Amino acid sequence: MKLILKNGFVYDPLNGINGEKMDICIEDGKIVEDVKDAKVIDCSGKVVMPGGVEIHSHIAGGKVNVGRLMRPEDHIKNVMPKTRLTRAVNGYSTPSTFLTGYLYAKLGYTTAFTAAMPPLMARHTHEELHDIPMLDKGALTLMGNNWFVMRYLKRGDVELAAAFVAWLLKAAKGYAIKVVNPGGGEAWGWGRDVRSLDDPVPHFDITPREIISGLAKVNEMLSLPHSIHLHANNLGRVGNYVTTLETMEVPNGTKPARERQVVQLTHAQFHSYGGDSWRTFASEAESIAKAVNNNENVIIDIGQVVFGDTTTMTADGPMEYYLSSLTGLKWANKNIELETSPGVTPFVYSKRSPVSAVQWAVGLELALHIKDPFKVLLTTDHPNGAPFFKYPTIIAWLMSARYREETMKEVHGAAQKNTTLATIDREYDFYEIAVITRAGQAKSLGLAEKGHLGVGADADVAVYDLNPEEVDPSRDYKLIEEKFARTSYTIKGGEIVVKDGEIVKVVDGRTLYIDAKVDEGLERELMRDIDYYFKRFYSVNLANYPVQEVYLTNPTPVQIDASNVR
Amino acid sequence: MHRYTDVICSFCGTLCDDIEVVVEDNRIVDVKHACRIGTAKFFASNDYEHRILKPMVRKNGKLVEASLDEAVERAAEILKSATKPLLYGWSSTSCEAHSVGIELAEELGGVIDNTTTVCHGPSALAIHDAGYISCTLGEVKNRADLIIYWGANPMHGHPRHLSRYSIFPRGYFRERGQQDRELIVIDVRKTDTAKIANKFIRVNYGEDYELISALRKVVNGGELHQESVAGVPREEIIALAEKMKNAQFGVLFFGMGLTQSYGRHRNIDNAICLVRDLNTHTKFVIMAMRGHYNVVGFNEVLSWQAGFPFAVDMGRGFAWYNPGETTANDVLQRGECDAALIIASDPVSHFPRKSIEHLAKIPIIAIDIHPTPTTQLADVVIPSAIVGIEVDGTAYRMDAVPLRLRKVKEPPEGVLSDVEILRRILAKVRGEQLAAKAEVAR
Amino acid sequence: MQEVVLTPKEQPSYGLIAECISCDVFAGKSIEEIEALPVYYGNKQGKLGDFFDVSGEVASSAEEMRIVIAGDVTKTRWIGREMSAGEIVVKGSAEMYVGAWMRGGRIVVEGDVGAFSGMLMRGGELRVEGNAGDYLGCSYRGEWRGMSGGTIIVEGNAGMEVGQNLNGGRIFVKGSVESFAGVRMKKGLLVVGSATDRVGAQMTGGTIVVLGSILRLLPSFDFAGEVENPEIDGESFEGVFKKYTGDHAERNAKGVLYVRKE
Ligand SMILES: [Zn+2]
Repeated sequence: MKLILKNGFVYDPLNGINGEKMDICIEDGKIVEDVKDAKVIDCSGKVVMPGGVEIHSHIAGGKVNVGRLMRPEDHIKNVMPKTRLTRAVNGYSTPSTFLTGYLYAKLGYTTAFTAAMPPLMARHTHEELHDIPMLDKGALTLMGNNWFVMRYLKRGDVELAAAFVAWLLKAAKGYAIKVVNPGGGEAWGWGRDVRSLDDPVPHFDITPREIISGLAKVNEMLSLPHSIHLHANNLGRVGNYVTTLETMEVPNGTKPARERQVVQLTHAQFHSYGGDSWRTFASEAESIAKAVNNNENVIIDIGQVVFGDTTTMTADGPMEYYLSSLTGLKWANKNIELETSPGVTPFVYSKRSPVSAVQWAVGLELALHIKDPFKVLLTTDHPNGAPFFKYPTIIAWLMSARYREETMKEVHGAAQKNTTLATIDREYDFYEIAVITRAGQAKSLGLAEKGHLGVGADADVAVYDLNPEEVDPSRDYKLIEEKFARTSYTIKGGEIVVKDGEIVKVVDGRTLYIDAKVDEGLERELMRDIDYYFKRFYSVNLANYPVQEVYLTNPTPVQIDASNVR
Repeated sequence: MHRYTDVICSFCGTLCDDIEVVVEDNRIVDVKHACRIGTAKFFASNDYEHRILKPMVRKNGKLVEASLDEAVERAAEILKSATKPLLYGWSSTSCEAHSVGIELAEELGGVIDNTTTVCHGPSALAIHDAGYISCTLGEVKNRADLIIYWGANPMHGHPRHLSRYSIFPRGYFRERGQQDRELIVIDVRKTDTAKIANKFIRVNYGEDYELISALRKVVNGGELHQESVAGVPREEIIALAEKMKNAQFGVLFFGMGLTQSYGRHRNIDNAICLVRDLNTHTKFVIMAMRGHYNVVGFNEVLSWQAGFPFAVDMGRGFAWYNPGETTANDVLQRGECDAALIIASDPVSHFPRKSIEHLAKIPIIAIDIHPTPTTQLADVVIPSAIVGIEVDGTAYRMDAVPLRLRKVKEPPEGVLSDVEILRRILAKVRGEQLAAKAEVAR
Repeated sequence: MQEVVLTPKEQPSYGLIAECISCDVFAGKSIEEIEALPVYYGNKQGKLGDFFDVSGEVASSAEEMRIVIAGDVTKTRWIGREMSAGEIVVKGSAEMYVGAWMRGGRIVVEGDVGAFSGMLMRGGELRVEGNAGDYLGCSYRGEWRGMSGGTIIVEGNAGMEVGQNLNGGRIFVKGSVESFAGVRMKKGLLVVGSATDRVGAQMTGGTIVVLGSILRLLPSFDFAGEVENPEIDGESFEGVFKKYTGDHAERNAKGVLYVRKE
């Protein structure tokens, strides 16, 4: 399909374009210089941005489906019948796979990475990704409690660890190294946790600090497109900002192999808490923001909270147990042999709760205190802070101090008292919004053809019915919220998939995974060890472990030559 | 001759994946490592005499051979003209087949349900209320020092469960295997599994719920005033609670002795809550002993596609779920459905009489490997290939670990996979041409 | 009050979803518009008028509206769903989900109701002169915040799991109830004539009163003395009652169970 998006206000931060009126030409799924005989879409008076890129969202896999299984009450919400084009859908905090694709597309998103894939369950993750239409996809792959990783790093064999990571990414068809509560997941195999960077992991004689620095090193040895993606220890605990600050320093000795950070500290909102009990629970967002501002190796994504009902789900088993013991609500747990231990429990963020009010403020504070928008990516850690389709509300809060003030009046006074939010008057503009919802994500993920509208980029585009010359986001925040929720057009791979907020075409995206090659001798050594371990300690044979490519929609390996790793 | 290794056995929810199969001239001549039942299933694939080899359509009251096209056409006609078709079975076929089946149910506005409805449906209902505190089977192998089977007899139902995952194997933290573990069996009678247990606790028939409540009270620090509960003396209950609290890693496997006895889903609800209570003291998990090899897979696929694990009514174009209303037996016993597609299942042998009476009144399409009382009652019979032997496909183990089953030999001539058959019916229902090439994965 | 009469015609065998039978929906519509309201059975959509003769006077507001169903509708589901005001009288028996998500007004069924009636009620009154099925005044699957307000009165008996996850409001069953009455109850009042077993299972709060006998008490309830003529939630009960607390299978359970002393 050939298209010209004519005369829109283009926001393309990676190419330094800030609201210029210009045309975007599309041919064969790519942005091109010029195109002939194309269908013209009039974008005058509208905002044009690259397609949104989701960097951290729990949209597919065993844990998400456990959320669905344990919450039928969540699936009598968002119920929509099938149409000529779309499937029957439902689900609020754990939407069905089809709905996940449709909803992202309506928001103008064209790419999404699922946040936590246990390799043993990777086939399941890919089965669900297969059934999420409209998006290019990938999976962050859990490694922070992996027995092989911990053993190799413990004995100082970084090369073997790198060879293992390369093998695991290919076997699981994963895209990046995800580290969740390093060491804590293994400790949870005995009902325990680690509570500081130097707590030894039971029986493995390694510390969270060593796991983080080791995997950061491995990541750069392999020159992976994304940095390590780190869910730090002590998530959600009162006073955890101390651990978070320390964690940021851990990979400081490591130089990035690409033009990006060394670590993405994920859902930082959940890691920026002060106080010494729930009673004195307070924000330390300013301290965290300051540290991020001063550290060129670190970026964060927010993990913003929006009030309402949701389902929390992480690979951080001990944390989910802790949370469910606070609420008394139903709790699911799944220890996964040699790898990780996810958990799931429902949660209600209440405006009347002082803790929820502070959490809400902390996310916004982070976004507003961190100066460089490329260092702060918009996420809700879907569905942990809120379902992802609440992004328009968060965008509106960031663009309007007045909207924040209005909300502040409705929530518990702790947000006023125990955070700095009320003192901030910074307001994001469209350019900055484009950074924190697409450009920054693409850069962090190392996706050269996404997150921008330069020639050669994927023709993934979002057009919003907002005229920057007429709209004052500070005042018209409700309009911002409304228009970011349904695009005028979403274009995916050069095809119009959403028009006026409705799905007009259903497409299957690509699935990206890493295919990194290390030295052959090293790989042989690795395979001998893996084979020994599989025979004894896994419950499946090695031959049945790797995910076959048939599970992936349009499988797209990202080839990496790491043969210098020997 | 070809020797296949790492073959996955498509018999029970244990999904043993270490089977060796030797195939010669498209016949299985040797099977290694599988249990008695699994071995028999592999060899049975050679036996074409007891297979359905040709489609059949009922004419003048008699099932007669028909072409595949005719059978598909007739099936589509029956389904299209139905007001409330029931699509039932699913637990012994692949997730790829589930996926097409769900799309078909959605297209028809029918009710789709699987055998969960008669085995672990209560477990699903319990999970809705209590959650599910579980693990993969390798965790049990590597860590568990206390293993409890409650209302489950794996010696019969899951023959290799004990040797591969629970009591006998050596694990990372249990180097001496059985010597490092303790086995307790709780049941209403002394089963074969109970005979090898370190301890057998006999619970009164239909009083499991009371015993769990008593255990929970003790675990949570309460005092038990009764001399005995459910036939178990107080001292024994207290001792059991202590043992559970003091395990390093305990696991409670439960079977249909708990899900299908008096109390049903509340037995499981209470058992999950017991395990939750135990987690305030130590590490403890619980796991359902799922029967059919891919009963879990159906729950998974239906959950991610339609939002609910079984018993979904698509009548209004969207999914509605409420066991008691939308479950196969309830729909049948209220006389609501007016056609049925039964796949890889034999409800006529296993459903209550009242359900079968209604089944006998409505047109049935049966897709299966071999003749059953259900295929005999059917109006359209379509033979299918055996998943895991004659076609590949995905299945989920009882602990929801997904595995790709393999094809090791060709199906009988002209016999298609469940996926292909369903795709043809779906295309016919829609009045579309079948897409030239099947999607690769599904 | 103005009255619309629905006279049942032939009922389908499939289960008729008629959530449109509600004073909120009817109010302000013409008879023709009411006849045209959608109902669903199997995969078909029909009109209310296909299954009912509609006559009478329609009020302009739900408060002023009464709907009379003149006969048995044992295949009709979801009568009075989410109703906020007005009155529905069923002069016969109805099927599942009568008064589900009801917020106000009154529903009277002169015969029996099927399972899940009064599901997730928040207000109003549901009166059943016959028997109720399983899950009377229940929650939806998985929803821990069950029925939270309003009153259900059943003159006859009820099935299993009456008041499951009850989180407020009152349920009175004059006859007997089957097992698991008040299971997972958190708040509110449940009064039953007599009960079988597992009353109050996993309850953490609220009060259950059994006016007659109980077949068997759970081992996780503790005896807390005898009470004469107790007054509970503004209701007074005559006689001597044994008081129990529980369900102590749960931590910090604050449920109370009264059983009349024989
Ligand atoms: Zn996350």
